[in-house]
Amino acid sequence: MSQYIFLTLALISIATALLMVFSKNPIHSVLYLIVTFFTIAGQYVLLNAQFLAVVHIIVYAGAIMVLFLFVLMLLNLNNATEPQKSNTWKVAGAIASGALLLTLVGALKGSTQLTASETANAQVGLVENLGRVLFTDFVVPFEIAGILFLAAMVGAVMVGKRDLKM
Amino acid sequence: MSALLLFISAVIIEKTALILILFAITLGIAAYSTYGERKVAAFIQDRLGPDRAGPFGILQPLADGFKMFTKEDFIPKDSNRWLFILGPGAFIFVALMTSAVIPWGTYFTGFGLNVDLQVTDVNIGILYIMGFVSLGVYGIMIGGWASNNKYSLYGAIRASSQMISYELAMGISLISVIMITGTLSLRGIAEGQSGLWWGFIPQWNVLLQPLGFLIFFVCALAETNRAPFDLPECETELVGGYHTEYSAMKLGSYLFAEYINMFISSAVISTVYFGGYNFPGVNPDWLWGLMGPVVIFAKTFFFIFVFMWIRWTLPRFRYDQLMHLGWKSLIPLSILNMLLTGAGVLWFGR
Repeated sequence: MSQYIFLTLALISIATALLMVFSKNPIHSVLYLIVTFFTIAGQYVLLNAQFLAVVHIIVYAGAIMVLFLFVLMLLNLNNATEPQKSNTWKVAGAIASGALLLTLVGALKGSTQLTASETANAQVGLVENLGRVLFTDFVVPFEIAGILFLAAMVGAVMVGKRDLKM
Repeated sequence: MSALLLFISAVIIEKTALILILFAITLGIAAYSTYGERKVAAFIQDRLGPDRAGPFGILQPLADGFKMFTKEDFIPKDSNRWLFILGPGAFIFVALMTSAVIPWGTYFTGFGLNVDLQVTDVNIGILYIMGFVSLGVYGIMIGGWASNNKYSLYGAIRASSQMISYELAMGISLISVIMITGTLSLRGIAEGQSGLWWGFIPQWNVLLQPLGFLIFFVCALAETNRAPFDLPECETELVGGYHTEYSAMKLGSYLFAEYINMFISSAVISTVYFGGYNFPGVNPDWLWGLMGPVVIFAKTFFFIFVFMWIRWTLPRFRYDQLMHLGWKSLIPLSILNMLLTGAGVLWFGR
């Protein structure tokens, strides 16, 4: 049962990811990407990680993509005004993403690494266990991430100020 | 194997029935909220309100619905056709999804049945609601942009920036509630408020979190685009806001979804701050377990009335005042509330 759900979700996420890349209208791209995020959240639910799924929706679909949509609507980009990119950029993009693909394939090549998740505790994604782990075993990375967010917030406020009085 | 299949199909039938009943109730309440709003407005302004269709105008929502369905459904020539249709659909879909995690009572135990009066008790119920609140902007943004009208776009941009701004204070005030209840499940939060202090004061979260409740309520007004925060559809500046170009039932969906949002946010306020289906002296298991729904619906209707009361009492904010209130008052206040709650939990325990 869950295998069929997984396959359906995977197919939809691949299809919408491709549509996102290939659609000419940037607003359509953003909407396809939102569908991709939803299917990925569905995969998290299948892995019993509801907290991660909902946070994924809130952060990516609810906040980041709203800002993308916001900017695109204000710029009002459409098919006619899309700037022609030079071939150099296309070649550079192909090389860079090809290298990334090669790295990912190399890292995931041996399927033996993937069996580890099967034996893990099925309750590990629930919010109680996640919170306990975050505040005991991984407390230092968690605090560092918090400081990073604080720095980003201060930076955003500074950038947003109209006149900087030093 | 067959026993398992029987169990699964029983669960599916039970949940489907519950979802359909909840869907019908939500639509019914949203329809009659429009009638209620006009009657409340009439009462506040010393008028009669709708009184032509049926006794006391009680059939007015049906007449309005019939009008909406039979009007010409116009799609502007230069609009983005599919996104123009997707906008109201997405908005009403998101509005309807949120009711899934609200506990309407304990258990229905009658006619040989034992039905959980909640569609699903996920252990992250509050985050689920926050997730759908944050998705609410898409319907407005897509519809406003696809209309290809500058007033629609202005309305959409106002709506989305307002909703993003007030989401933050709303989330932080909910964190304080989570800190004192120790659970993210709405069922757990409602159960935690069932007791009494010194035998007569109900253990409702509003008494522990008065400031948090106030912040949450103001944010709920802003999230549902209700007056005094109804700037996205401010007719003196923006014609009709994000739904300027919409007609017939597409406009109806936008207006209807606003009432659904009002109903759901009233239900969430009742559950999170006002004890949910608990009321002192009333056992939610009475009447085969239907006393719980009676209590929570009474509370919900009270808050819907408060929403309307505020709309017909307060004038609209100016846009910069709205942003100042959100970013410079409510967010610092909610952070202060969170710190005070943290200190309280540390010193006194839960």
